[in-house]
Amino acid sequence: MTKIGVFVCWCGSNIAATVDVDAVSEAIKAAPGVVFATNYQYMCSEGGQAAIRSAVAEHGLTGVVVCSCSPRMHEATFRKAAAGAGVNPYMVEIANIREQCSWIHKDKAEATAKAIALARAAVAKLNLDRPLTAPETPVTKRALVIGGGIAGIQTALDVADAGYEVDVVEKSPTIGGKMAMLDKTFPTLDCAACILTPKMVDAAAHEKITLYTYSEVEKVSGFVGNFTVDIKKRARSVSVDRCTGCGVCSEKCPSKRAKSEFDQGLRERSAIYIPFAQAIPNVPVIDRDTCLKFQTGKCGLCEKVCPSHAVDYSQEDEVITKQYGAIVAATGFKPIGLERFDEYAYSRSPDVVTSLEFERLCNAAGPTKGHLVRPSDGKEPKTVVFVQCVGSREASGIGAMKGKPYCSKICCMYTAKHAMLLREKYPDSEAYVFYIDVRTPGKNFDEFYRRAAEEYGVHYIKGMVGKVCDEGNGRLTVRASDLIENRQLLIDADMVVLAAAVEPDPSARALATLLTASMDTNDFFTEAHPKLRPVESPTAGVFLSGMCQGPKDIPDTVAQAGAAAAKVIGLLSKDRLVGNPCVASCDETLCNGCSACERVCPYGAISYETKTVVDRGAKDERRVASVNEALCQGCGACTVTCPSGAMDLRGFTGRQIMAEVDAICR
Amino acid sequence: MKFSYFPGCTLKAEAGRSGETAISAAGALGVEVTELDQWQCCGAVYPLARDEIATKLSAVRALIDAKRAGLPLLTLCSACHHVIKRVNRDMAEDSDVRDRVNSYVAPEVPYGGETKVVHFLEMLRDHVGFDSVAKRVTAPLAGQRVAAYYGCMLLRPSSAMGFDDPENPSIMEGLIAAIGAEPVLYPQRNECCGGYLAIENKGAAKRRASEVVRSAAEHGADCIATTCPLCLYNLTENGAAGTMPVYDLTALLANALGLHVEPSSGCAAVCSVCSERNSAHAC
Repeated sequence: MTKIGVFVCWCGSNIAATVDVDAVSEAIKAAPGVVFATNYQYMCSEGGQAAIRSAVAEHGLTGVVVCSCSPRMHEATFRKAAAGAGVNPYMVEIANIREQCSWIHKDKAEATAKAIALARAAVAKLNLDRPLTAPETPVTKRALVIGGGIAGIQTALDVADAGYEVDVVEKSPTIGGKMAMLDKTFPTLDCAACILTPKMVDAAAHEKITLYTYSEVEKVSGFVGNFTVDIKKRARSVSVDRCTGCGVCSEKCPSKRAKSEFDQGLRERSAIYIPFAQAIPNVPVIDRDTCLKFQTGKCGLCEKVCPSHAVDYSQEDEVITKQYGAIVAATGFKPIGLERFDEYAYSRSPDVVTSLEFERLCNAAGPTKGHLVRPSDGKEPKTVVFVQCVGSREASGIGAMKGKPYCSKICCMYTAKHAMLLREKYPDSEAYVFYIDVRTPGKNFDEFYRRAAEEYGVHYIKGMVGKVCDEGNGRLTVRASDLIENRQLLIDADMVVLAAAVEPDPSARALATLLTASMDTNDFFTEAHPKLRPVESPTAGVFLSGMCQGPKDIPDTVAQAGAAAAKVIGLLSKDRLVGNPCVASCDETLCNGCSACERVCPYGAISYETKTVVDRGAKDERRVASVNEALCQGCGACTVTCPSGAMDLRGFTGRQIMAEVDAICR
Repeated sequence: MKFSYFPGCTLKAEAGRSGETAISAAGALGVEVTELDQWQCCGAVYPLARDEIATKLSAVRALIDAKRAGLPLLTLCSACHHVIKRVNRDMAEDSDVRDRVNSYVAPEVPYGGETKVVHFLEMLRDHVGFDSVAKRVTAPLAGQRVAAYYGCMLLRPSSAMGFDDPENPSIMEGLIAAIGAEPVLYPQRNECCGGYLAIENKGAAKRRASEVVRSAAEHGADCIATTCPLCLYNLTENGAAGTMPVYDLTALLANALGLHVEPSSGCAAVCSVCSERNSAHAC
């Protein structure tokens, strides 16, 4: 028989103002098994925990009920306190009389009655609790980072510098991500490549880091500390070991009509190509869709001209399997497509460009060698209209159907940067920026924007552009409203730059499924707690770095990447992990071998085996379910699916749940 | 293919021939069109007031009549189409409007937006098919550069109208290509023609319509074609003023099908010489 102590918390006035705590502790003394009950101002405080310890010593308690806030808040605290006093930590039950009672009721008498009912339910469950021991598992001391942009690179470097092995999987042929495409960075206007490429080189040279570029994660199994991951290395058709990166193959390649992904389609590239000069690895890849050898069987020129015999058409995709203790998602973002925003004539006029295209047009290594000109006729633009928030902050109406409800967090700042770059390159040019709000909450950000508006003479106009008309013969007419002066504007422009909304990289959704990590409605990974656990996924052992968790600029991304690395290091530094003992188990005498539980298990923790079962003294060969307790997360899906009641969850058995219901309904 | 037809006041009075032309063209394409008995004005403007149903009743009556006939309801005038389609959506999706209208009109079976409202262009695209139209063309408008003019009401609000991409529509260009002419894309094709401002503020209507005509001309159009009678009026009277022919697109269709349509009411209309290249024909 469990000897139960009940501790009712006031939570200051949070509970005590609505619930008569004296009445609760008095009433619960009559519940079966309760030998002691009291109330206290703050049970989570040291004084409250000391009250538990002394009551255990004085009354020989073997179980503890705390009537307080949600178990998400302090279950761990009270389990620890109980364990310190010699009570099994799984003999602790929480009755949530704050979120589920005092906070949502006004009438004190009713709230008190409900608090007593909730306390009785917890006592009833505790009477059926059995002491449990948490399992321990070893930790594989290697981390996987998925995504090789600035977020993934920074996380990998920080984890590797702490002495742990890190593998980086990047789906494109080079690491560097979106930051490698940028020209300058705000708010300092230093060159993106100058600060990024040394980090790329560091990552490649680091003895603890292995890069898998042109590769994808295909399968993930296991659990925190012990993930098993299949990585598909797509066939590059070029040997990374032999290639010296001389570039002769790209030069001689006769198929040069593919659009350069790196240059945003503003330049054509060969079928065998290195995305950009500082790519890592500096090894080309053959785009088999445009390669003549792969499409027609004729050609083979690159193989002939390669001085180091690195071209290998017979290469095939290869899948490697590796073990990891922690996984970091760093899958980044992309600007949204603007095909549904034809009011800006993006699909009609080559001189209407996205901001990322504008970066490439400004960049010294870009398609125009940094000579900022109009894509249509190569002329220098004199009047450029920048439109912020294209598709961003569209929360209602038709906009919500084609745009995103959130702020991209970066377009105010990079648009100020673009306008300044334009005015620097062409002092006689005019720059107009249309904005909804100018948001500059970062260190030195507002100063940067003010410099654009005040020193660089950029025209900032509050209002949105309604239409961009391609008038033919190189003229663009921009119709817009100036909300402050309350008038319509017509601007003859040479170029229009659209600051497109951002969205998570499309690969993120499939990855979230592989990782069983949750996402929000916009496909950003969800953090375990929006304020207190911002770099952890709710799935244990999965961490978040950069834009895949939400819009961020480079400083925020690097900071978060470091934070994710710190969490990974904290995990990998442990030799063993304490697991959750509240897992499913199968009563083999009841199991009929139907496989229903195996099919619903989201973690692949259930398998079937044929074994000898002793049922009421008789031996029998049966096919029965077996739970891998290391994989089971205790979700309970199998217990409600099982038609014969064979599956049960330790700490949450069917009998216990029914006892709680009975106690409430009594 | 059978349709109930709602002509509306403008097509019955001011632009009488346009409606007849369209119906004869439909007949030539094997589409059987029956005009609703005793139809009333559509309401002319979609009422945005949410607490008044009276302004929606005449549209609902037309919808109920079409439901009784068991046929989709064909429209041609942009304003009528706009009002009837949006009122129909209210009847389907807004239980408050639906309940109040049904208790007032008291039809034998409560009406809940069951009638499908189809614009003439949608009928050609989705029911006849532009390929079939092209096959029946006997007098193609070869060499004509025709600028389609959509106006606003057919396209917007796109969530309710579901007609075409409001910023980059293609349905009229599809028909223009089907009758053998060359569609001209120009930025003003989905902007306002001036609408009812033609009555109260002619200057504003002129500025707007002229901008449309100028934009079409700069993009090399020989003529402009539209299906809306009000757009046709504004572009002809307030925009082109004799500098650019503005045609009823359904009349171009009828001519291409070999029906030899005569010039129709007012200035709007089809010109029998339109098949000649660059025929700026002032009526």
